[in-house]
Amino acid sequence: MTVARGQSSIRRRLVVQLALVAALLSVAFFFSLRVVAERATEATQDNILAASATSIADALYTDAGVVRVEIPYSALSMLGTVSEDRVFYHVRLDGETLTGYDDLPVPEASGTGRDPRFATYLYRGDTVRAVVVRRALNAAGQVHRVEVVVAQTRLGLAAISARITTTATAIGVVFFLAATALSTFAAQNALAPLSRLAEAVRRRGPRDLRPVTAETPTELTPLVGGLNGFIDRLRAALTRSEDLIVEAAHRVRTPLATVRTQAEMVHLQMEKPENRAALRQMIRAVDESSRSAGQLLDHAMVTLRSDQLETEEIDPGELLRDAVDRLSPTADLKDIAITLDLPDMPLSVQGDTILLQNAVRNILDNAIKYSPADTVITARLVPGDPCRLEIRDQGRGFLPEDVARMPERFSRGSNVGDVVGSGLGLTIVRDVAEAHGGALEIISSSEGSGACVTLVLPCC
Amino acid sequence: MRHACLALLLSLAASLAHAFELEESRRYPAPGSAELRILSTADADVFEPIIEAFQALYPIAITYDVASSAQVMVALYEEGAHYDLAISSAMDLQTKLANDGFAQRYSSDATAALPSWAKWRDRVFAFTQEPAVLVLNAEAFETLEVPTNREGLIALLRDHPDVFGGRIGTYDVRISGAGYLFATQDSRNTESFWRLTEVMGRLGTRLYCCSAEMIDAVARGELALAYNVLGSYARARLPNTPGIVIVEMDDFVSVMLRTALIPQTAQAPEAAGQMIDFLAGLRLRPDLLAATGLPPVVSGAGADESVIRPIRLGPGLLVFLDRLRRDTFLRSWVSSIEQE
Repeated sequence: MTVARGQSSIRRRLVVQLALVAALLSVAFFFSLRVVAERATEATQDNILAASATSIADALYTDAGVVRVEIPYSALSMLGTVSEDRVFYHVRLDGETLTGYDDLPVPEASGTGRDPRFATYLYRGDTVRAVVVRRALNAAGQVHRVEVVVAQTRLGLAAISARITTTATAIGVVFFLAATALSTFAAQNALAPLSRLAEAVRRRGPRDLRPVTAETPTELTPLVGGLNGFIDRLRAALTRSEDLIVEAAHRVRTPLATVRTQAEMVHLQMEKPENRAALRQMIRAVDESSRSAGQLLDHAMVTLRSDQLETEEIDPGELLRDAVDRLSPTADLKDIAITLDLPDMPLSVQGDTILLQNAVRNILDNAIKYSPADTVITARLVPGDPCRLEIRDQGRGFLPEDVARMPERFSRGSNVGDVVGSGLGLTIVRDVAEAHGGALEIISSSEGSGACVTLVLPCC
Repeated sequence: MRHACLALLLSLAASLAHAFELEESRRYPAPGSAELRILSTADADVFEPIIEAFQALYPIAITYDVASSAQVMVALYEEGAHYDLAISSAMDLQTKLANDGFAQRYSSDATAALPSWAKWRDRVFAFTQEPAVLVLNAEAFETLEVPTNREGLIALLRDHPDVFGGRIGTYDVRISGAGYLFATQDSRNTESFWRLTEVMGRLGTRLYCCSAEMIDAVARGELALAYNVLGSYARARLPNTPGIVIVEMDDFVSVMLRTALIPQTAQAPEAAGQMIDFLAGLRLRPDLLAATGLPPVVSGAGADESVIRPIRLGPGLLVFLDRLRRDTFLRSWVSSIEQE
């Protein structure tokens, strides 16, 4: 996962936002549940109060012209069945107390009709819910107005409300936790393609410039498209610059060859020793330039080919022998003897012939170049997996501080100022070795003279 | 001199404040400084063993005042007398005290262990359950079948006016709180109540203030039967009163709960709470049950299928305290029971 920590994270934002939504929904759920449930319990209490008051009103009767009431047992006992709340009642006849708690206020009636009216007020130290039911009664030719008030404290209601609050809180918290867990899971899931894409891009090698073909959701298609476009342009730019180098090297090498031929011809015709010396120097410079151009060409080729290796089975012994054969004439000029030390058994390496030949030739070329005249170079193949192609010379060797940076591009040893070189030879060797899953090893011999450069290759 | 006058005035005021009537007052001193003032309807003799057992556990001085249930109501509801505990057999009045805000809330492990029908609003706590029974004179029933329900009783009374004329006793519900409670519960529970009252009225039923007197009259043979007698009193008398028989009706048995509450004016509510806990645990003290003859509250007695019905604590009890309702009930009852 390359999603940066501490910086903005899509997943975190998703989870936080979803959790916020879940929290909002939980709170909304909590309040709506409470409101609905409390309305329901209040309505229940109101209904029981109204039933109680109505049953008292129904028990009104006239006895010899006097209005009386026989409060039914059930009128008050029904209020005691639901909760242990305090109960008060008050029956008024034409504004005068007939019976009951004469200080119990009558709820304000806003409107007319026989519908029960409700009110909530403080009575005898407790909040009570009260109902009034009105009746008109005819006694001895006179119409009397009767009001029946029944009131009950709300402690039972408060207990139910507390229970509802507890339940609603529990449900809200569980809902929130579940929603948050699900959001985390969903965010993880939704971002999985992104992680897969990042992984696919991360896993490819530094020179892998193929377009990304991983399956991606539509939201990522523009990103992948952009990425592939970028890769295309990068590849095109790289190819152009490699082409340019190849072209440049070619264009330099061809005229240089002409210049060299001409210079040699002139050299033969020159008689004055100082002129001949000058021309030899010129030829030498032309040789080095040509060699540098050649190496630039080789390097560009290695870079291009290592992207797409054309592998085949190669005998590393053959490689060594071939390189020695090719460079023997050059070595002979300096009276350098090359000894070839190959094992008896045949070995085989999976690799690109042209690249491997190039690499071996570069090592050997280096060895010849930095070896003093009349010395021996040993080319040895050590079998095994990996197998080792060692080229050991008796030259000046590497300075220990140079060894690590030698394979860098255009990096040359600090003790070779007098020898012309491009600084590309070991870079090519290293690139080839790495393209084949192998390595380049440079050992400066402990005696202070001679170096051993080894190409390590996976072998079977 | 001035001080003496002031003291005189104060004591005068104090005695004036005692407008309610006490029947008896006993003091049980204790080494501690705490004092518990109890206003109760239960006889001091009956309650004495409980007080002594309580004092063995808690060093609290106790004043035990006995008054009728109506006077208990007057003391607490109207005069705001300072008592720490009110014990009464009048469940309706105790309920009214609690409903109207004259009782303090109290809860403890002991009260939590009480069955739900034995307490109300954590203010009224029952500690005895006392059924209303029929007490018979064994001699009078030598040749008669013992009635098992109210219909049977009505038939028996109708068929044998010679045996029962002037020899039936029951509570005068106008003066007895327990009698009124039993009568109103009967009227609620059965249609036969008014017919029974009619029949009893025609036979010249004698009215009593208290269970003890009725039991005595039955034992002496003055009464052939007494209706709605407190079973606990009758049972307590059974061992040394050979002539009486106790009958529990099988249609239903009203069970009165003797309850305790802490009045709002209590000055020692903690001691009162200790006494309530002690009373709530009465069933665990067989020695006290034997000494007092009080039947303790036992959970399971309120089971629905049982004919034993503890009178339900709650606002329903307020109904028969309603002025008009009480007037109506008493008028009907008086006109039924007093026919000559």
